[in-house]
Amino acid sequence: MNLMDSSHSNPMSLCSQADSQRTLYPYVTGTSVIGVKYKDGILMAADMGGSYGSTLRYKSVERMKPIGKHSLLGASGEISDFQEILHYLDELILYDNMWDDGNSLGPKEVHSYLTRVMYNRRNKFNPLWNSLVLGGVKNGQKYLGTVSMIGVHFEDNHVATGFGNHLARPILRDEWHEDLSFEDGVKLLEKCMRVLLYRDRSAVNKLQIAKITEEGVTISQPYSLKTFWGFSAFQNPTVGAEGSW
Amino acid sequence: MTKQQANWSPYDNNGGSCVAIAGADYCVIAADTRMSTGYNILTRDYSKICKLADKCVMASSGFQADVRALQKHLAARHLIYQHQHNKQMSCPAMAQLLSNTLYYKRFFPYYSFNVLGGLDNEGKGCVFTYDAVGSYEKVGYSSQGSGSTLIMPFLDNQLKSPSPLLLPALDAVTPLSEPEAVDLVKTVFASATERDIYTGDKLEIVILNASGIRREYMDLRKD
Repeated sequence: MNLMDSSHSNPMSLCSQADSQRTLYPYVTGTSVIGVKYKDGILMAADMGGSYGSTLRYKSVERMKPIGKHSLLGASGEISDFQEILHYLDELILYDNMWDDGNSLGPKEVHSYLTRVMYNRRNKFNPLWNSLVLGGVKNGQKYLGTVSMIGVHFEDNHVATGFGNHLARPILRDEWHEDLSFEDGVKLLEKCMRVLLYRDRSAVNKLQIAKITEEGVTISQPYSLKTFWGFSAFQNPTVGAEGSW
Repeated sequence: MTKQQANWSPYDNNGGSCVAIAGADYCVIAADTRMSTGYNILTRDYSKICKLADKCVMASSGFQADVRALQKHLAARHLIYQHQHNKQMSCPAMAQLLSNTLYYKRFFPYYSFNVLGGLDNEGKGCVFTYDAVGSYEKVGYSSQGSGSTLIMPFLDNQLKSPSPLLLPALDAVTPLSEPEAVDLVKTVFASATERDIYTGDKLEIVILNASGIRREYMDLRKD
């Protein structure tokens, strides 16, 4: 492959992909993460699949991690970049702890930090290939936000990444309400994850649900959803579409 | 491995419309609160309006991450200005600063489309309208963003002063009263929301006048 030549002839060497050391496309990726506010804090769900292209390469990837005392981070996209981000955050929390002043970074601060890291990396044309969901509770204040690969960020009562934006958020907009109990919150997330499992080819039936409240983070053991593949539309999807495969 | 993703782009268009109208003793700045990407609505409640100084407000649409970086930069520059001069920056000064800030990134632009509204040193309303790389103009009213193609001709129809070829150029400010301007803003957004998929959910209106700053909200179509 004549990579060197093409980089010389390219007038915009900034855009040359031949000699660059940056993520041009992701290798091992995780699919959607969804998060909701509920009565006592934040609930988050993500499956444990790690895809290598369209190959299901890893089946026990933990994509939700606690950050500091008050935050929970969920990630979709490149798994290695997520692990890099976790290193940044470990360092951030460690250096903050060294002040030993009784202060600690809350979810708002961590989200703001992540926002700047993602945006800075896109400015260097070297993005961290992730969509992140950050949830947390501090001083009775619930916080749920998201950041994309290029630094687009916002807060909302419910958020989702990737396919979740198409399939889960319409359900959440219908059924989410302010004083959702823990049980109802889990049920709602499971409903969304089941839809994703049916329709997102890279979703796997092994997921975790994480909870963060004033008391701290709890991440569930991996478990599976009960599925039903006997729907008539699944069995003969071409009924009513004559001439299709 | 075959390429499965579209080539990475550092830009996105998160949509949204902004309008500002200047009057003799007031200024109205408005924007919707929808944030989109492609056919997705990311959130229905994201404010595009940023108060830069006591009498200076900016509404921005375009790429949200760039807009936020721009807002943070201007906030930092204004803080320095306050420390150095012990006063708030005037609206025309902020207008020049915004232009210079945008042009500084001429070759990797902030993808943001801004209108700046405020009161000048005489308390008269003023509106400045920009492109992404910093060229700007002082006008009496303006619209930017995804719905601007629908809004701007309507504002022209309702507000433009007679041709300067026929009459001597009049003042830039519009002849409307403050309540009339607020009503007009509500009307143009209700209309733009009908046809522009990137505009909707909620309208945020900021009104600046001698008695200070005031905010109003109006619901827009959510589809």
